Formats: sequence, C-alpha cells, structure tokens
Amino acid sequence: MSAAVELRAVTKRFGDFVAVDNVSLEIKAGEFLTLLGPSGCGKTTLLRLIAGFELPTQGTVWVGGEDVTDRPPYRRPVNQVFQSYALFPHLTVAENVGFGLRMQGVPATEAAGRVRQALDLVALTDMDARRPHQLSGGQRQRVALARAVVCQPRVLLLDEPLSALDARLRQSMQLELKRLQRQLGITFVFVTHDQEEALTMSDRIAIVNRGRIEQLGSAHEIYHRPATAFAAEFIGAANLLSARLVRRDAGSVRIQVAGGLELTLPSASWPGAMEEALISIRPEKVHVGRAPIPGANGFTARIEEEIFKGATDHLRLATAAGTRLQAVVANESALGEIFHVGEEICCGLHADDVIVLAAR
Amino acid sequence: MDALPATGAGAASPTAADARRAGWRAWLLLTPVVGWLVLFVVVPTAVLFVYSLCERDELGRVVFTFSLESYGRVFDTVYVRIFARSIGYAAFTTVACLIIGFPVAYVIGRATEAWRQRLLLLVMVPFWTSFLIRTYAWITILKQEGLLNGLLQLVSLSAQPFDLLYTPFAVSIGLIYAYLPFMILPIYGSVEKIDGSVIEAAHDLGAGPWRVFSAVILPLSMPGIAAGTLLVFVPAIAMFAITDLLGGARVPLIGNVIQNQFLQARDWPFGAALGMVFMALFVVTYWLLLRFGREEEVA
Repeated sequence: MSAAVELRAVTKRFGDFVAVDNVSLEIKAGEFLTLLGPSGCGKTTLLRLIAGFELPTQGTVWVGGEDVTDRPPYRRPVNQVFQSYALFPHLTVAENVGFGLRMQGVPATEAAGRVRQALDLVALTDMDARRPHQLSGGQRQRVALARAVVCQPRVLLLDEPLSALDARLRQSMQLELKRLQRQLGITFVFVTHDQEEALTMSDRIAIVNRGRIEQLGSAHEIYHRPATAFAAEFIGAANLLSARLVRRDAGSVRIQVAGGLELTLPSASWPGAMEEALISIRPEKVHVGRAPIPGANGFTARIEEEIFKGATDHLRLATAAGTRLQAVVANESALGEIFHVGEEICCGLHADDVIVLAAR
Repeated sequence: MDALPATGAGAASPTAADARRAGWRAWLLLTPVVGWLVLFVVVPTAVLFVYSLCERDELGRVVFTFSLESYGRVFDTVYVRIFARSIGYAAFTTVACLIIGFPVAYVIGRATEAWRQRLLLLVMVPFWTSFLIRTYAWITILKQEGLLNGLLQLVSLSAQPFDLLYTPFAVSIGLIYAYLPFMILPIYGSVEKIDGSVIEAAHDLGAGPWRVFSAVILPLSMPGIAAGTLLVFVPAIAMFAITDLLGGARVPLIGNVIQNQFLQARDWPFGAALGMVFMALFVVTYWLLLRFGREEEVA
C-alpha cells in the first residue's frame, strides 16, 4: 500500500526555534497514526505542515503520492478537526457541514444528501438547523468531525479534538472515533499529549519530543520495547536506571545496576562495545513474592512504601545493596498476599523484561 | 416609620424584594444619564415639535397656533431635492468610508497585539485636535495656492491650479475624512473577535482567499459594518460645518438649510418641521440597521 502522507526530511524553524527537526515520516493509507508528545514538542506543527498552514523551512510534504509542499491548504486533499472546533458561528450545523462541499462546487441536492449522511454518522441528524452556540461541547465536536469527513479527504487531521471534553465524554468519543475511522477507511493523523488516548485508538504511535520522532511503532512495541528513555517514561511508568557491564560470558552478560543490584542478561541485548547504558524496567515486570521467583534474576528487597490502589498495589523497594525499584502487583484475589512496609520479600526479573536503551 | 412587614406576605418572597431593591439601585445609577437625556434630548425635541406646529409672523416671531403648514412646505421640491442630495452625500460618504475603512480595520484587527495598539493609536490621533481646526487644515490643503495645488505644480502635472476648494469634491473629502474613524473602530471590534482558526478551517475546507472573505470574514464582520454605517450615515446626513467650510454656499445640504431657517431666515417653525422630518428619517434608518445588525450578530 502506498503512503497516504509522507514527510521527507522536513525541518520547520520559527526564528531561532526549531519546531520540527529533520523529520521523515511515512503514514500508511488507512491507518490511525497518533503523534504523541508533551506540549511544545512540535506535534501540532507537524500536523499544520501536513494541512498546509505552515510551510517547511526544508524538506517536502507528500500526500497520496503527490508533492503538495507548495500547495495552499485549500488545494490539499486533507481536512482537519481543530482543537477549538472552529465552527462557523454564523452558519447552522447543516451549513457548517456543507461548507466544504459548497466550496468544492458540489451540486446542492447532492451536497444536502451527503450532509445528511455525515450528520447521521455522528448522530446529529435533528440538530441540522441549530447554530453552534446552541450546542454542547460534545455536539460541537461531532459537527467539526462531520464537517471534515463529509469532504471525503484522503487524510483526516485531528488536533487534540478531545481535550476540551470532560473525562467520560472523552472516553466514549475515543471509541467512537476509532469506530468511525474503521468504518470510513480514512487515514487518521491524531495529535494528543494524552498517552491513554494514544494507546486506546492508534494503530501506530509516533513519540514526538523536541521536534524529533523518538520512536514510531505500535502501542505494543513502544510499551514493551521503548527505544529511548523519553519513550519509556512517556508511555506508562518505568524504572529508569543506569547500569554498567561487569563481565561478558558465553551467551550472556553480567551487569551492575546503579545501587549495586547485579543482573544477568542474554548477550544479544547488550551491544558489544558498550560499557554503560540506561535500562528500563516496567514496574509490573518486577515479580515479588514470599518464595523465590523461579527462572529469573532473583534478589531480595525491603518494602519502603506501599500504596494500595484497589486493582493494584504499588511498592517502593530497596535491595540490600541499595538499588531502588518501583513494583506494581496485581491484586488478583482478596486472599492474596498482603505486603507490609519494612518486610523483606523475594523479587525476580525476567531477562527479557530488562530493556537496554541505546543512550540517554 | 418602622413598619413590620416581616409577618406579612411580602416576607415570604425575599427574592422578589431583592430584585426590587436591585432594580432601584440600577435606576439610581442611571439617574445622571436619564437626567441628561430628558434635559437635552426629550425636552428640546418636544420644544422643536411644538414649534414645528406653529406659524411665524412677518417679523419672524413664533405665533403659537396649530398648523401643519410648515410640514407641507417640507415636501416642496426644492427641499426634497436637498434632502435627496444630503442622503446622496451621506450614502457616498458611508460607502467610501466602508471601502477605505474595512481593509484598515481588518489589518488592525488581525495584527499582533503590539501592532494593534500602535495602529489603533494612529486611528485615534486626529481626535486630539478640534474637529473645526482639522477642517480648516483641509482649506489650506485644498485652496488654489494650497498644498495640493502646490505639489501638483511642483511635479508639473498641471500649469493651472485646480479649483478644489468649494466643490463637491472638497465636501466629500471633508466628510470622508471626518467620519472614517467611526467606520474603522466598530469594524475593527468585529474583526478582532473572529477566531483565527475559523479562517483556517475555511481554507482547510477548500475556500480560497476570496471565498474565505465573502463566506466567513464578511458575514462575521457584519455587526461592525452595521454599527459603522449607522455612526457614519446618520451624522453625515446632518453635517453643516463641513459643507459650510469646504463647500462654501455652493453645496447646501439639509443641515445647512435647517441652520439657515433658525439663524438667517428666522423661520423657526419651518426649521423645526424640517428637523422633525429629518429625525423621523433617522429613527427609521436606525431601526432598520439595528434589526439587520441583530440578525447577523452571533454569540
């Protein structure tokens, strides 16, 4: 399948500030791709480069196999859902949704039918005569969505469209957006700073930081195999620890983690010449119990803090040597083990769950 | 006297009592403006209305009778023509102010915060000088040996100086100059409120620059355009100082005629009748524009 959108070595500077730093990105046709990152990381600028509201300082933007770098927004086969919805306050819901078709010169009767379909799609059929100020936030959001999809764009760009909604509505809209995307088969490029939104909806996630894409992959890949410390911390929680090589054996390496904890990893996971590295361990991958954990790097640790969160128990552990780790234990049954602060417990780490990050 | 209404029905609805008290406070705050309006608008209008129904004697004194004669004379062709000319000048001024003022207001409204302040200041600067002095300044610019003719001769565009002063051209320039800020400011107010992402959304949905203007920017500026039209058209129609100073006596507008009835012709009832008809015209215009403006206005 050809790329729906392609950024080739795109750089965008605003004065001295580099908002997008030499980014190359290929977005597949029909996929739901999320640009995830903290505010000011450049994710919105990436979206605006695709929409045509910003021109790249360097590099080219391709949509559907065509170079659209020099085309204004109104000549690009993409549509955007704005963070503020940007509905036309002087037009009715139906006129708002029909705006794009009117601009394209679609005959009035055909346009009316398509507007109706789009409003049906977002369950706003009987709101067509209202003005935007008579709608709730969630309804405005759906009008903005209908207004964009009615034009049948190759790519739909969504700039934090759910951020103004309350938590409950946001969750249901997440599922609705995903359903809509599957139903329409349009490529979605979704910008958010909310990792939960990204995990819920995306086929692939691009972690954006300081104008660069730190990692591009499925939610699975990024969660289980973060490429950088930033990616590891931005999605989910992580124990980020520095470690150094102690010795290399046949097929395995022995490393020492800051504080003194020693672990054995398969040698393939530790690149050859490296002496030191940052490692990431997900808190739920730290296995704890009263008996030694079989088939894993075993050690004992003292519980320094215990926070009961219902479904899970969050523990702060310190090994005898002084390495500190966060652990999350699922509370599988009411009769399960209860951990107390000050207790010495057995811990285990599977070698596969220790992620060696390339560099800081 | 201390009444004890606490046991009465009045105490059962404290909210109504509160509302009544709040209403009284609001009226108290409005007293100065209401007093001003009564004293300087309602009373003079009533006096004018009474005069308009009177007659005058040979010496120009007002004779208090009931007569519609003055109103009859208002619709004399001479005056109807002057009315029409006044409306024409005011309409031309309004359209010219709109054409010149809209781009200016748009640029100011869409400029960055810092620039907006500076540009607004430029629009306001003329108000620091008296209106009459500014109009006199135009005389020195437009007269035969004035600045404009001097400049034209300097660049050898013409050997003979143009007759600029005391022409319809001079009156138009004066009117447009005087009322331009009253068009710019309300339109600026509307333009400034337009959300930038709405303009982007229109572009995104396939509207080129012209369509964005006609389908989004213009309709959203309508409240400002209506207000500006009102603020220019209504006073321009009654203006007499500019027509006197820049038009000489050659371009009499209705304002000059009314002024003449009171000061030179000493025909107060007729001047009053002209004034009343004129005011009726204002009220109708105002009402129409207000309705139009409200329809376009959006939350």
